[in-house]
Amino acid sequence: MTLLLEAEGIEAYYGKSHILHGVSLSVAEGEVVTLLGRNGAGKTTTLRAIMRLTPPREGRVRIFGQDVTGWPTHRIARGSGNGGVGYVPEGRHMFRHLTVEENLRVPPPTPGQWSLATIFSLFPRLAERRTSKAGRLSGGEQEMLAIARALLLNPRLLLLDEPSQGLAPVIVEEVMQAVRRMRSEGTAILLVEQNAILALAFADRAYVLSDGAIIHEGPAAELAADSEKVKSLAGARASRAA
Amino acid sequence: MSVETEARPRSRAGLALPGDEKLRFAIFAVLLLAAPFWLPLVGSYTDLGTRVLVYALAAMGLNLLLGFTGGLSFGHAAYFGLGAYGTGLMLRYVGPNMWLAVLAGVLLGGVAATLLGPLVMKRRGIYFAMITIAFGQMFYFIAVRWNNFTGGEDGLTGFQREPLALPGGAIHLTTVPFYYFVLAFFAVGAFVLWWVLNSPLGHAMVGARENARRLEFLGVRVERLTWIAFAISGFVTALAGSMSALLNNFTSPLDLYWQLSGYFVIICVLGGMRNFWGPFLGAAIYVLMQDYASSVTKNWLSVIGLMFILVVLFFPRGLLGVLARRRSA
Repeated sequence: MTLLLEAEGIEAYYGKSHILHGVSLSVAEGEVVTLLGRNGAGKTTTLRAIMRLTPPREGRVRIFGQDVTGWPTHRIARGSGNGGVGYVPEGRHMFRHLTVEENLRVPPPTPGQWSLATIFSLFPRLAERRTSKAGRLSGGEQEMLAIARALLLNPRLLLLDEPSQGLAPVIVEEVMQAVRRMRSEGTAILLVEQNAILALAFADRAYVLSDGAIIHEGPAAELAADSEKVKSLAGARASRAA
Repeated sequence: MSVETEARPRSRAGLALPGDEKLRFAIFAVLLLAAPFWLPLVGSYTDLGTRVLVYALAAMGLNLLLGFTGGLSFGHAAYFGLGAYGTGLMLRYVGPNMWLAVLAGVLLGGVAATLLGPLVMKRRGIYFAMITIAFGQMFYFIAVRWNNFTGGEDGLTGFQREPLALPGGAIHLTTVPFYYFVLAFFAVGAFVLWWVLNSPLGHAMVGARENARRLEFLGVRVERLTWIAFAISGFVTALAGSMSALLNNFTSPLDLYWQLSGYFVIICVLGGMRNFWGPFLGAAIYVLMQDYASSVTKNWLSVIGLMFILVVLFFPRGLLGVLARRRSA
C-alpha cells in the first residue's frame, strides 16, 4: 500500500503557544482515516500544518512520497502532476459575494474525473442553486460547496475538517453520502471530527489527539467497539451523540 | 436557504446581465451614444461628456483593484499621467499619428504598472497604499525635473489632436467626433474590465478581496493574481490618461500627482466601488461639481469633500450601491 500522506514529528505554534508536540500520522491510498480528539486538542492545527497554512516549525510532510516541507500552500493544494490535496476547512469559508458557480470556477482547472458537470451530479442541490450567492446558502449547502470546491482540484487526498458541524442529522447524512462516493472513487480522506461515533462508523483507521500529541492509533472498528475508551478519549460529545 | 433570500438573486457585485439588467444597460448605452445631442439641450456641452468618460475610465481601471481585488492604490495618477505623457510626447517628438500616440500612452503607463506590480503587491493594507504613493510621486518628480523633454512644471505643450487615419480616409477630431473617439476607447476599456471580472480570473480576484489565504489552499497563486489585476488596472487607467492628453491638448505633472490619485479613489467610493458602473456615476458627479460648483465658489472641492464624508458615513456602498439596493428591496 502506497502512503499518500506521511507527517512526521510535526511541531506547530500559534505565536508562543506550542500547539502540536511531534504529531506523526499517515494515510494510505484509498484509505479513510479519522483524527479524533477534544476541542482544542490540535486537530484543526494538524490539518493546517499539513497545508502549511500554519507552517510547522519542526517535522516533515511527505505527500505521494514527495517531501513537500516548505512548499507554499497553493503548490501543496495543486500537487506536482499526480493530484493535489483538497482541503475543506472548518466553517466552510466560502467566497460569500460570489455565486455557487463562480465559487466553483475559482480553483484552476485540473485534469481528472471531477469537473463542474460531475460535481453537479454529485450534489444536485448545488446545481439547483448555481446562481445563488454562496453567502445565502444553508449550512449544509455551504458544506457541500466547500467539498465540491476542493474536489475540483481532483485531489487524491481530501482533508475534511468537521463536516458535520452545525448541521441537522438529515443533512449530515446527505453530506456523508457524498463523502462515501468520493471514497468509492478512490479518494483517500483524512477526516477530523468531534462526533466520534459518526467518524468511527465511516473510517478504516483512527488517531486520537490529546493536548497536541497522538495518544492512540488503531483500526476504527476496534476503537468503536470500546465505548468506554471512546468516551474517555474523544470527549463528551461522543457519548451524547451515542 | 429561505424564500426571502430567493427573492433577491441580483448579483451584488453587479457583474452579470440577466433580464432587466440588459434593458438598463441598453438605456445607458443609448444615453452615451446620444450624449452630444442631448447635452446641449440640458444646458451643458459635449466636452463635459468627454471629460466624464475620461475620469470614469480612469476610476473604473482603479476600481478593478480597489473594489474587486481589494487593493487601495493611492498612486494611480502615475499610470494616468504616464498615459498622458506617452501620448503627448509621441505626438510632439515622433509624428502626427493618433493610433501610435494612443498606443504609446497605453504602453508607457501599462508597462510601468506591470513592472512595478510585483514590488507593490508584496505589501498589504496601509503599506500597500504607501508604496503606491511613493512610486506615483517618483514619476511626478521625473516629469518636473526633466525640464527640456517634458516641459517641467509648466507641463507638456506643443502637440494637438491630429486627424485620425481610418481606412475610409482621415477624420478631423473636432469636438463631437472626438467624443465618439473617446467613447470607442472607453467601450474597449470597459469591455476588457467586464470580461476579466466575469472570467474565473475575476472571480478569483473577488476571492482575494474576501480572503487571500482561502485562495491558496484552492491552488491559486495569490501574488500572481494580484499582479495581473494591478497590471490590467494600470493599462486601463493609462488609456484614460492618453484620452485626457488628447482632450486638453496638454498634460502637466499634476496629472501624475498623488492628489489626482486621491480624486480617483473618491470617485470610486462616491459612486460605489462594489459596483461595476459605480465609478462612472462617481466620475459624472465629480466632473459636474468641478464644472458647476467651481463657477459658484472656488472652494468647490469642499462640496465634493462633504459629499464624500456623507457617503462614507451613511451609504458605505456608494450612491449606485444604494440605488441597486433600493431596486432589489
